[in-house]
Amino acid sequence: MLSIILTSLTFIFTTAILIPLFMVVINVSAKGVNQLKFPDTFTQLPPPPGLTEGGFGHAIIGTLITLAIASSIAVPFGILSAIYLAEFGRGSKIAYLVKFSANVLTGVPAILCGLFAYSVVVMPMGGFSAFSGGVALAVLMLPIIVRATEEALLLVPNEMRQAAIGVGSTRFQMVISIIIPAALPAIITGVVLALARAAGEAAPLLFTAFNNNFWATDPMQPIATLPVLIYFFSIIPYKASQDLAWAAAMVLVAIVLIFSIVARLAGKQKAFYS
Amino acid sequence: MTTFDDIQDKVPAPSLEKKISSDRVLDVGFWGLTLLLAISAGAVLIWVILQTANSSLPAIQQFGLGFLTTMTWNPVTNIYGVLPQIYGTLVTSFIALLIAIPVGVGVAVFLTEDFVPRYITTPIAFAIELIVAIPSVVLGLWGIFVLIPFLRPFFQFLNNTFGWIPIFGGGAPRGNNLLVVGLVLSLMIVPLIISITRSTFEVLPPSLRAGSLALGATRWETILKVLIPAGLSGIISSVMLALGRAMGETMVAAMMVGNANRIDISILQPGATITGLIASQFGEAGRLQVSALMYAGLVLMVLSLIVNILAELIIRRFQNIE
Amino acid sequence: MTVNNELINQSQAFSDSTSVIDVEDWNVYYGDFHALKSIFLKVPKNKVTAFIGPSGCGKSTLLRCFNRLNDLIPSFRATGRMTYHGQDLYSSNVDAVQVRRRIGMVFQKPNPFPKSIYDNIAYGVRVNGIKGDMDEIVEQSLRRAALWDEVKDKLKQNGTAISGGQQQRLCIARAIAVQPDVVLMDEPCASLDPISTLKIEELIHQLKENYTIVIVTHNMQQASRVADLTAFFNVRVVDDKRQGYLAEVDRTEIIFQNPKEEATQQYVSGRFG
Repeated sequence: MLSIILTSLTFIFTTAILIPLFMVVINVSAKGVNQLKFPDTFTQLPPPPGLTEGGFGHAIIGTLITLAIASSIAVPFGILSAIYLAEFGRGSKIAYLVKFSANVLTGVPAILCGLFAYSVVVMPMGGFSAFSGGVALAVLMLPIIVRATEEALLLVPNEMRQAAIGVGSTRFQMVISIIIPAALPAIITGVVLALARAAGEAAPLLFTAFNNNFWATDPMQPIATLPVLIYFFSIIPYKASQDLAWAAAMVLVAIVLIFSIVARLAGKQKAFYS
Repeated sequence: MTTFDDIQDKVPAPSLEKKISSDRVLDVGFWGLTLLLAISAGAVLIWVILQTANSSLPAIQQFGLGFLTTMTWNPVTNIYGVLPQIYGTLVTSFIALLIAIPVGVGVAVFLTEDFVPRYITTPIAFAIELIVAIPSVVLGLWGIFVLIPFLRPFFQFLNNTFGWIPIFGGGAPRGNNLLVVGLVLSLMIVPLIISITRSTFEVLPPSLRAGSLALGATRWETILKVLIPAGLSGIISSVMLALGRAMGETMVAAMMVGNANRIDISILQPGATITGLIASQFGEAGRLQVSALMYAGLVLMVLSLIVNILAELIIRRFQNIE
Repeated sequence: MTVNNELINQSQAFSDSTSVIDVEDWNVYYGDFHALKSIFLKVPKNKVTAFIGPSGCGKSTLLRCFNRLNDLIPSFRATGRMTYHGQDLYSSNVDAVQVRRRIGMVFQKPNPFPKSIYDNIAYGVRVNGIKGDMDEIVEQSLRRAALWDEVKDKLKQNGTAISGGQQQRLCIARAIAVQPDVVLMDEPCASLDPISTLKIEELIHQLKENYTIVIVTHNMQQASRVADLTAFFNVRVVDDKRQGYLAEVDRTEIIFQNPKEEATQQYVSGRFG
């Protein structure tokens, strides 16, 4: 008897969490699609409060720019660190401490990454900027990339390393010409997943990249991004702004979804050694 | 054109000595670069902590530990305290865990047992992973315009009928409250508990289950008395990680908690969280206010570090034992 | 230490050849574990030397000392003297990378890179800074490894897409493409079928004209077929651990037909191992 109750509970629980998921997806799609006007939504700037036309093309560009800045910091930093952890320092005390630290860093709330970037970039610079937003997102992305890359490198079989060493490679030659190409699909997956995560974050950008109502590409100026735009527009009491927030939400979810799919596809390109 | 034979004859006993060649320089340089960057990557955490602490100094000096027990947040008189926010953060996280732990473990059991065939559990597991991908600001948007209006009648019902119970008390609920934030947070953290619990179950040796069933235990007795205790370390660490995530979540809290600077025992009333405070205040903050916000961030950092380090230690300790 | 004196005498086999690698009182430790004790050996030039013996006797370990591959194991430590053309292989002045460019290795399980057949060979050549017409070098290496005819039309194909025997010959081609002096082979036919094994044994006969070969093999018949000098390693139990030592080394005919040690006689007649 108890058994039936418990089993039913698990069914109920499962349904219970799938329902909100579907509701969110459906609502965002329905309301978002309703408000998407090609090409205006992507090519226009937000309207003054109260008017109905306009778009958020500038925020899409802003998101791409901040992600580019964040990647240019986090990707080389993360991959090279992971190379040390997997190839040169495997099992060492340093590797243990660095991995511990990276794991703890993944749990640091996103808003604290923003606070960090605020005190390190915004305060000295005297103003908000896309660059500080990129720094905040880079702190967010770094531990994800380090972990994923290290795992990818550890998956490359040791026979490959022995073969490379046996033929007289230096460590540098072995890593660059043999190991990295073999681990590349998994590394790309990790990087793209980190990007998907960073693309959706608003908190780290609230007081770093802040916002901008105009087309902007200068990394040293504040810039609009989709997540921040959604937040700000959701609290403006005019329906037009709220409608744009829904449309932006749909575009943001689509972007995150595309990143996730690309990550999965990249992961499927297994290197030949399996 | 050199061929093999030419070279074989010419090279008698070439020197094996270390030379300064471009190959060696590149090799040693590369090793040094990766070492430097790895150490730096580990140091980022420390830098983040120190930087936040440093920026909080003016506020720490001004308010000391009283910051944690003061209820005022007044930019005009420059008096700051975060007791309501700490309360709100803890209560919303607690509500989230209260829901997410049983649901998470239950769904993990559902996905690992064979109540339904694989071709049903696989897409479900995939869908659950999708929840994680939804940006929290989108969840906040949905929360404001869909969930809160939907739940408002329910909250009012609770308030009318059960208002004599303190946690359902207070004035007529308008929807922005600790409960609804706790609900959405539970949705956000439950996939984490599910996926870690599932992995924990999957690495349990099959002999454990087989042994229990062979003794005559039923499926559920096995699950409750053998499998869950055996996987307890994994479950606990997933709960700690989930707690950390719940405490640190910003957008959902900022958009739905009401940002009311008060402590109310009723979860149907608006409240405040540390993250919501920081998010909503930073825009036009003056110097001391910024420092106070940094101090609030430091408090959050300490809470989240404790939880995350504990989780990491539990994971590592039990990985070594198994 | 009568055993050692006799060993030194036995290693006078091929004393007319120059010795390429000279091993004197070589001991290997992994941490505190004394894995290999007191090895004395001279590897003669342009001959095939085989290491045979039961599992755990340290023959692969010794082989890997020759090309400094044991450096990759953190707990590895060695005492004694090991010289290559008179130069101390383990002097602190020596660059292990240079050692491996002169002393190549073929492994037990074929391990071609996940690159094209052409690039498998080209990689080693480039990495060693060897100048010349790459196409020609690739062709010569594949010819010398008796693989050219089988793959000449599919050089762009992935190195892992060919059969096991072909992969191993590709690994041999890769090893000799970098123009080594010595080629070490660690049970190269262990994972191959009899026909591929035979092809590789024929290859070894041809290769010794230009290279010095040291081969570790579990297969005694193989040793008797290909080797000029055979070294028989054995295990003894010391403090509950198995320690390897060199029991006897001599011309192959003598080891197999008329060995001096009892243990050797027992091993080659199949009584143990």
